[in-house]
Amino acid sequence: MKDFIIPDRDFGTPAAKSKTMVTLTIDGFDVTVPEGTSIMRAAAEAGISVPKLCATDSVEAFGSCRLCLVEIEGRNGTPASCTTPVAAGLKVSTQNTRLKKLRRGVMELYISDHPLDCLTCSANGDCELQDMAGAVGLRDVRYEAVETHFKAKNTSGEANPQWVPKDDSNPYFTYDPAKCIVCSRCVRACEEVQGTFALTIQGRGFDSRVSFGAKTDTALTSDCVSCGACVQACPTATLQENSIIDIGTPERSVITTCAYCGVGCSFKAEMRGDELVRMVPYKHGKANRGHSCVKGRFAYGYATHKDRILSPMIRDAIIDPWREVSWAEAMDFAADRMRGIQAKYGQQSVGVITSSRCTNEEAYLVQKLTRAVFMNNNTDTCARVCHSPTGYGLGQTFGTSAGTQDFDSVEETDVVIVIGANPVNGHPVFASRLTKRLRQGAKLIVIDPRRTEMVEGPHYKADHHLALTPGTNVAVISAMAHVIVTEGLMDEAFIRERCDWDAFQDYAEFIAAPHHAPEAVELLTKVPAADVRAAARLFAKGGNGAIYYGLGVTEHSQGSTTVIGIANLAMLTGNIGRPGVGVNPLRGQNNVQGSCDMGSFPHELPGYRHVKNDDARAVFERVWGVSIDNEPGLRIPNMLDAAVEGTFKGLYCQGEDILQSDPDTKHVAAGLAAMECVIVHDLFLNETANYAHVFFPGSSFLEKDGTFTNAERRINRVRKVMAPKQGYADWEVTQLFANAMLGKTGGAGWGYTHPSQIMDEIALTTPSFAGVSYERLETLGSVQWPCNEANPEGTPLMHVDGFVRGKGRFIRTEYVATDEKTGPRFPLLLTTGRILSQYNVGAQTRRTANVVWHAEDVLEVHPHDAEVRGIHHGAWVRLASRSGETTLRAEITDKVSPGVVYTTFHHPETQANVITTDFSDWATNCPEYKVTAVQVSPSNGPSEWQEDYAAQAEQSRRILPAAE
Amino acid sequence: MSLETRPHDKLIVMANQIAKFMESKPHAEGIEGLSSHINDFWEPRMRRQLFEMLDAGGAGLRPLVLDAAPLIRRPKP
Repeated sequence: MKDFIIPDRDFGTPAAKSKTMVTLTIDGFDVTVPEGTSIMRAAAEAGISVPKLCATDSVEAFGSCRLCLVEIEGRNGTPASCTTPVAAGLKVSTQNTRLKKLRRGVMELYISDHPLDCLTCSANGDCELQDMAGAVGLRDVRYEAVETHFKAKNTSGEANPQWVPKDDSNPYFTYDPAKCIVCSRCVRACEEVQGTFALTIQGRGFDSRVSFGAKTDTALTSDCVSCGACVQACPTATLQENSIIDIGTPERSVITTCAYCGVGCSFKAEMRGDELVRMVPYKHGKANRGHSCVKGRFAYGYATHKDRILSPMIRDAIIDPWREVSWAEAMDFAADRMRGIQAKYGQQSVGVITSSRCTNEEAYLVQKLTRAVFMNNNTDTCARVCHSPTGYGLGQTFGTSAGTQDFDSVEETDVVIVIGANPVNGHPVFASRLTKRLRQGAKLIVIDPRRTEMVEGPHYKADHHLALTPGTNVAVISAMAHVIVTEGLMDEAFIRERCDWDAFQDYAEFIAAPHHAPEAVELLTKVPAADVRAAARLFAKGGNGAIYYGLGVTEHSQGSTTVIGIANLAMLTGNIGRPGVGVNPLRGQNNVQGSCDMGSFPHELPGYRHVKNDDARAVFERVWGVSIDNEPGLRIPNMLDAAVEGTFKGLYCQGEDILQSDPDTKHVAAGLAAMECVIVHDLFLNETANYAHVFFPGSSFLEKDGTFTNAERRINRVRKVMAPKQGYADWEVTQLFANAMLGKTGGAGWGYTHPSQIMDEIALTTPSFAGVSYERLETLGSVQWPCNEANPEGTPLMHVDGFVRGKGRFIRTEYVATDEKTGPRFPLLLTTGRILSQYNVGAQTRRTANVVWHAEDVLEVHPHDAEVRGIHHGAWVRLASRSGETTLRAEITDKVSPGVVYTTFHHPETQANVITTDFSDWATNCPEYKVTAVQVSPSNGPSEWQEDYAAQAEQSRRILPAAE
Repeated sequence: MSLETRPHDKLIVMANQIAKFMESKPHAEGIEGLSSHINDFWEPRMRRQLFEMLDAGGAGLRPLVLDAAPLIRRPKP
């Protein structure tokens, strides 16, 4: 592997998992390794690198290059060390006259069909073929190849039919077949690591070529998802990052954490000076284990995009153009306004939204700003609109909102339920680990209205796809529980020992009622009862059962009830508290877990302690030197309602674009427009900034120190690899603002000089973080909270010896139909989601080459619904609900059922949220994004609303030249 | 179109949604669950508006909300 900067050693073959140890001798040294280890890896463990080309430790051994030959005493021939397992007492030699001669001969053959243009080759200095030529002492090539793959023309000037031009169709990497040695590492990485099977070897013998899909495919048109695993596996310049081709090799690397989804992959940011050359997934990253997706691996260009705002800006009214000002003037202006609002409208008239994209330390400071400087609890975060029902549902049943497992757990799962999630698109690196397990034979139950990529893929297929009507999750989950209870499939021993027995009996009586039977709800859910019964039986009795879920569960008016239902299901079947099982919420944004942990919710202090609790407040009151309000504050939808009513007037919104991401855009816009001071703190003039009076430019994740907490509760370090382009890391900006506010009243300012001090304060005040420090993170790499005296190295699995709340609590889950109903005017149900290449509102990914995969949001319509409406593939359609209407292009597909349409919300031009309504989860106000009654009809182009919006956005983004 | 065609209509919907979940529990538990939910999660101005409606007879609110009202914390005016 190409790891010349921080040499992460390549052991050649994956680690064996056996507990039985075997001792052998390699070059005279005794080596003890687990049974099943290859001789190559055993040698590597002893510090001996056997020459190799086709082996790398991210994929299984293949034995094709014949460079890693060794001799074994008492055995014939020279076996390949990569494919030969160790055995007790073997005496291996890796280097002698015979082996040297054989290896040199192999290299001669390789090099005879490889161009000798090392000096101008993009892999110069980072090429394993080059390294191996050196390692075997290749000094001469005796063969003059008559036919080659690398010469465009033969000696008579005729075109060489074996020569294939470069494929540069992918925006991020180039495939140069002339450099290929057909080691198959790319093909195997695509199969084993990513699981896409986009690459293959076409032809045989001398004609063998690496090929993207069919002969007519390019990298871009093939099934390739641009995860970069092949590029990483390639030992030569055949598959090379375009950034390396453009810039050259990096000179240092810094371990950091991806700022996209909740998987939280560890990366090496490889740098030359302060230029980021490439992002390479970090092999020792415990969430991703050396894998990546197109976003984290390649889509970082937004950090240096020309749209990025680098100067603070202010304006008196949102109809004015922006005026660039100094940081000091911006702070003064913002503090004056906010103080003025509080003086006029009261202490409760302002609030904050913390960012689920920023670090824990930054989220902590923003909620501290509202609690200790604004002196109220008006703080919320984007988790409100995604996983707040998880917090409620798991908190009620298990005693903590924490997801129960680490990602490694999936390797021991036997039956997986994926409900309301499409990890193949939303959490791709986790999906690769999941589908790997499915290819090994684990069973799969998918509960989703759409036939998503999760239902069927290369060498896996869901055993049951329960394609339910949007909005009927509770009915389906309850029906499964009904089957388990009435057929006696529950794990009674587990329930008696671990759960509240009275609550279970109450629940069992409730769920056994005939109206929960699969047959009784079939009309409602449209899921055949037999399928529900079969799925329930499989989950109850199929071995280790794990449930993974996403926003298709939470973003409903009964989101919290479904989460409770999922927890009930896990308790019923005893699937809690060991590897391979559990309840696993897949979090959307990189730090949505962390922002919740950090007290971003209006009713909770850091560590999920309610503000009504005197002892919890006392801890912070002592450290902060203030008195904390004991009443819950406003949640995002409540803030907007209060703004429309005129009692909420000022908002500091960090790293969040509520105008685009929150439902019922018109209502959000009305709320924002009614405020007197909106401060947007972001990289870009996002949609919300159209209504802002102050703009604080933000810093990217490459420009600051901090931590992110991923969906497995893993706290990972974010490390600064370059200076903030606008002068300050985001935590410093919040501190400047807090101090400007405090300065107005003569209060003592904050004095953090490094995020590690903020983490120390978090550890001091928050029991589940008590053991966390930057020092410990340096030592351990990462840690899963709770991390405290009892668990100094963190907690990979929750509820191992008992539930956090003591006994697990079953809770009744009555199905209540949403008020959002189809009818004559709006006969279809719209559900929303996301795709692989784009992320959330797209502010980042739309500013990268990822747009080649998804340049606009499209509406998926079933052929039947399209036909009766006269809609054809690619046509403009008008999508209307009682909230609003927009236009976009139609994609005719049977991935959606008749009566259901689907779109994504990545593009502000489409604004899918103009359509979504303000219905929300009963417990948490999490919006019901996933069910909206709509009508679809042919259209000529953008709606009037879209044109008005675009005009308003353009007006609002004017910036006056700085008056110097 | 938003839900608040009349003032506080949205709060009626929200309170009734909570009631519908709590109605599946035994009545006493339902009352306790509903009131503590609103006490824990509703900001004082939301509770103040709820009481405006309750004090005016609670039209449109489900019976469980009315039954739970004595346990809901009345915010300072």
